[in-house]
Amino acid sequence: MYNFEFEKPSTVADAVAALAGDEAQALGGGQTLIPTMKQRLASPSKLVSLSGIAEMQGVQREGASLTVGGAVSHADVAAQATDYPALAEMAGHIGDPAVRNRGTIGGSLANNDPSADYPAAALASAATVVTNAREIAADDYFQGMFDTALEDGEIITGVKFSVPQAANYQKFVQPASRFALVGVFVAKHADGVRVAVTGASEEGVFRWSEAEAALDADFSADAIAGLTLDPSDMIGDLHGTKEYRAHLVGVMTKRAVAAAA
Amino acid sequence: MPKDSGIGASPKRREDVRFLTGNGNYTDDINAHGQAYVHFLRSDIAHGTLNSVDTTAAAAMPGVVRIFTAADFEGVGGVPCGWEITDRHGNAMQEPKHPVLAEGKVRHVGEPIAAVIAESLEQARDAAEAIDLDIEELPAVVDMKAAVAEGSVKVHDDLTSNLCYDWGFVEENREAVNQAFQDAAHVTSLELVNNRLVANPMEPRVAIGEYNRSTDDSKLYTTSQNPHVIRLLMGAFVLGIPEHKLQVVSPDVGGGFGTKIFHYAEEAFCTFAAKACNRPVKWTSSRSEAFMSDAHGRDHVTKIELALDADNNFTALRTDTYANMGAYLSTFAPSVPTWLHGTLMAGNYKTPLIYVNVKAVFTNTVPVDAYRGAGRPEATFQLERVVDKAARELGVDPIALRRQNFITEFPYATPVAVEYDTGDYHATMDKLTEIADLSGFDARRKASVANGKLRGLGVNCYIEACGIAPSNLVGQLGARAGLYESATVRVNATGGLVVMTGSHSHGQGHETSFPQVIADMIGIDEGMIEIVHGDTSKVPMGMGTYGSRSLAVGGSAMVRATEKIIAKAKKIAAHLMEAADADIELKDGEFSVAGTDKSVAWGDVTLAAYVPHNYPLEDIEPGLEETAFYDPANFTYPSGAYACEVEVDPDTGKVSIERFSAADDFGNIVNPMIVDGQVHGGIGQGIGQALLEGCVYDEDGQLLSASFMDYAMPRADDVPFYSVDHSCQTPCTHNPLGVKGCGEAGAIGSPPSVVNAVVDALQSAGKTDVTHIDMPLSPGRIWAALNS
Amino acid sequence: MAKVSMTVNGKAASAEVEGRTLLVSFLREELGLTGSHVGCDTSQCGACVVHVDGKAVKSCTMLALEAEGAEVATIEGQAAEDGTLNTIQAAFQEHHGLQCGFCTPGMVMSAAALLKDNPKPSEQEIRTYLEGNLCRCTGYHNIVKSIMAASGQDVSALAAE
Repeated sequence: MYNFEFEKPSTVADAVAALAGDEAQALGGGQTLIPTMKQRLASPSKLVSLSGIAEMQGVQREGASLTVGGAVSHADVAAQATDYPALAEMAGHIGDPAVRNRGTIGGSLANNDPSADYPAAALASAATVVTNAREIAADDYFQGMFDTALEDGEIITGVKFSVPQAANYQKFVQPASRFALVGVFVAKHADGVRVAVTGASEEGVFRWSEAEAALDADFSADAIAGLTLDPSDMIGDLHGTKEYRAHLVGVMTKRAVAAAA
Repeated sequence: MPKDSGIGASPKRREDVRFLTGNGNYTDDINAHGQAYVHFLRSDIAHGTLNSVDTTAAAAMPGVVRIFTAADFEGVGGVPCGWEITDRHGNAMQEPKHPVLAEGKVRHVGEPIAAVIAESLEQARDAAEAIDLDIEELPAVVDMKAAVAEGSVKVHDDLTSNLCYDWGFVEENREAVNQAFQDAAHVTSLELVNNRLVANPMEPRVAIGEYNRSTDDSKLYTTSQNPHVIRLLMGAFVLGIPEHKLQVVSPDVGGGFGTKIFHYAEEAFCTFAAKACNRPVKWTSSRSEAFMSDAHGRDHVTKIELALDADNNFTALRTDTYANMGAYLSTFAPSVPTWLHGTLMAGNYKTPLIYVNVKAVFTNTVPVDAYRGAGRPEATFQLERVVDKAARELGVDPIALRRQNFITEFPYATPVAVEYDTGDYHATMDKLTEIADLSGFDARRKASVANGKLRGLGVNCYIEACGIAPSNLVGQLGARAGLYESATVRVNATGGLVVMTGSHSHGQGHETSFPQVIADMIGIDEGMIEIVHGDTSKVPMGMGTYGSRSLAVGGSAMVRATEKIIAKAKKIAAHLMEAADADIELKDGEFSVAGTDKSVAWGDVTLAAYVPHNYPLEDIEPGLEETAFYDPANFTYPSGAYACEVEVDPDTGKVSIERFSAADDFGNIVNPMIVDGQVHGGIGQGIGQALLEGCVYDEDGQLLSASFMDYAMPRADDVPFYSVDHSCQTPCTHNPLGVKGCGEAGAIGSPPSVVNAVVDALQSAGKTDVTHIDMPLSPGRIWAALNS
Repeated sequence: MAKVSMTVNGKAASAEVEGRTLLVSFLREELGLTGSHVGCDTSQCGACVVHVDGKAVKSCTMLALEAEGAEVATIEGQAAEDGTLNTIQAAFQEHHGLQCGFCTPGMVMSAAALLKDNPKPSEQEIRTYLEGNLCRCTGYHNIVKSIMAASGQDVSALAAE
């Protein structure tokens, strides 16, 4: 790892100020960033830890939405998001227990790994990403692999999830990393079904609109039996071909619907 | 009632206390005073001409002590290969130089080009980034068959081709085997890949070189399975340091599995650089570095054919294998696909004619060498797959076909040059049938099907050659080393013993099991016996631990040394009791005179040996210390039968191991708990090979599975509890303990049963055209086969 | 360089460290607590697992400065002062839950975290929980068995030793 300055502010305002310099980077739980830095693939001159900011902690229900602080760990979401069981269940299966104790929702969404779980949950839940500066709808937030709408120095202070009527996340893991080879989050909202797919596409997390339309008409696994995805848009690598991933999206979607229904 | 001490007991392991409390002493836990750190600049391309390595800017970086390149190693030997193969035509294999740091060319991703020594590791890495490399990239060759095709790019320009050797075994049988195939009633053939693996002991390799300018002595701490072998290879062939000026220490070692047998360039570098810089030099491999610098395992591509007569008797076997050597010959690489593989092709069967052809091939990949089982898993896999396929083709029960062809009379001389001393293959198959509850399989399959899953059962047998090895035999076969073992037993005045063994424990529990043997021989408490290993300055000589040889060879040396101790102690006891030597008996730590009530205690005799006031000084010397070298008369031949039951999810192709059973014959057993643990671990690795693990290069020689993010290690939820049994025991006839070795069996015996089970599951779903799937049986591959 | 202070196994510990100093490096190199091991660089093997404020973390993937003021527990602090092994350690020895010992400190610390939350986990719960701890020696059989035994479950019906 290259060396860096370390700051641990206690307010969002201080964190934003600390991040103002060149090549400063926010540090969530570090579960992706630290391994990346060990490989010398990232070289921030300053790391600004978000773990000491009280206002970024906590999981709160407010009407039909559930707000999770940007620095809440996966383990805490798993334990505390009882009003949104599918989200809690998903958070309880990210990485491994020790990773879940450090990794945070804000860190995961800011990184937007194409195989991460949270992007699927946020997109399917029609979540709003709340930053120090603004609120960003999930549909506008994810802009491709490792790419988001965040500006330099912008911090995810919280995420507002619309709690659906029914939801479920199904993950088929890549056997080595245990990231999602394919993960599908299905959420049935009052205004329609949202199906978000992670792990599968070169473009990162995406909504499977054909499945959403079919499920709007009939929220059952059978409703999507005939649907297929174009393999050419999928990731193909040593863990699975494009065709296999396209197939798995269908299987995981059906399972998620069956579990949610 | 189980015994609570001695041979056959399972005392708690004494080494566990230090490991469980964080007090183990692994190489990376050692820091030498004033040490500097080395970082190797490794090639990130697979093949290229190294035009220049400019270290000027890097040398001026903060904290840099010195930077080494190939130019600093002029006059220093290459990393040696310890085994020479003679090919089908009587010619020696092609053997390229293996420089410590790349000379003129880079030949695989990860090859060290330069080494930066600095005050801190991060400073060394910083400086390495400032080294200016001029490498002209050349096309890489990764595929073995392409590598030996006409016009292929050559990995080594000074060799005639990429073919290391073309080995035939037994060459004289070739025509007879071909004739038998022409005469066969049925021939089953199968083409398969034995997937390339990375051993991945959890402790990455570490080397610390030290130099004492006062005495001109060099010292190397290294994570090795055989420090004496490293002393010999590095001292004699690379650095020119005589053994008396070189100490090699391998303290607690965190797993080996073969990949810590070999002498590596990093060891030689640290030893060399410590002298050149006159300060200790430490290298700790990262896991990512391990993937591109530890020798890999397996990587065979094979066509196997089995000929049967009209009564389903095996009449001949013929194989054609390409074995990947990687870019250079690792220490024992040439022996793995030949003598450790071809000699096992008879398996458990009385096939009268066998011919094995192996083409060893250089490619632009990391060197490949022994990994747990080494050649024997490759032999077992292809044989047990082709037998299973033959049974399907013939419509006969795969177990019945195996039983029909079992060797039943021992000793049995195979057509592939080895003689099995003992075994009872029906007994282990009977035991397997019982512990695996094979009769209940149909009901379990119905339950799986009702649950939307496919279920398959796979069975296989295995034989292995362990207790490596008779030195005169392996010498004839090209080994450049003897494969005996030594032990020195030192008895102290107050009766305690220290055993200095050349065997090395890196998880096997020798500190617990070896004393059990001696405790029984003398009749004293195991706590009075201490095992010392892993330090060339403490142990006189040793060949180390691999090939399931520790107890069979190292333990036998210890027994022989202890026999000498007892013989001498009896003379002392005879003197003390004024009796004839021949009348002295030793039991429960007491010497007695047969037919009398006279006795002296073990401690009285040992005290007399060191306080020789009343002592036969005219006949024997004071003291009680004896050394023995044991060279085995033959290999040992553990055998067994394994069964695997899988469920396959037809929607995703995911395979889950539902049951795994192993019935082994290891001969006599010293510590059943440790034996079970060895089998469990081997099965875990075998399941890993079958379902999860695969080391993959792209066509440019880039390593795609370069970390645990892409190389799938078996985890706790990938495997079930295993049912293991070793109650079938046909003791080895030629070593004093009657033991056969158990370290590799699980890894050898398990992959075929997993694949056999998955093929069975798929066939049960009507996919009768699926007769084989290459490992690892990833969900994607199974899904593709189901939808083929 | 910055000063970091924490409590490790009940004792105050502090040192001047760089921003990039990992918690595992602080433990191993500053404090000489070499029981926590480094077996990978991608945060997967779990040989470095320690507890920070009662939670299992991978000390190779946490900055030492992030542990400022924390209570850290490592494998070295698990046995009693007189050397008596704790229940989990004793179960690992009793049931041969370790071979080379390299993964063992992380396994024991993960097991301790599991049993704190789930005092009688099922076999499957144990296997699932150990997702972040790799062992290459044991095939996991005796590790799972040891943890079941440490939780007071009868393991005599499992394969004989």
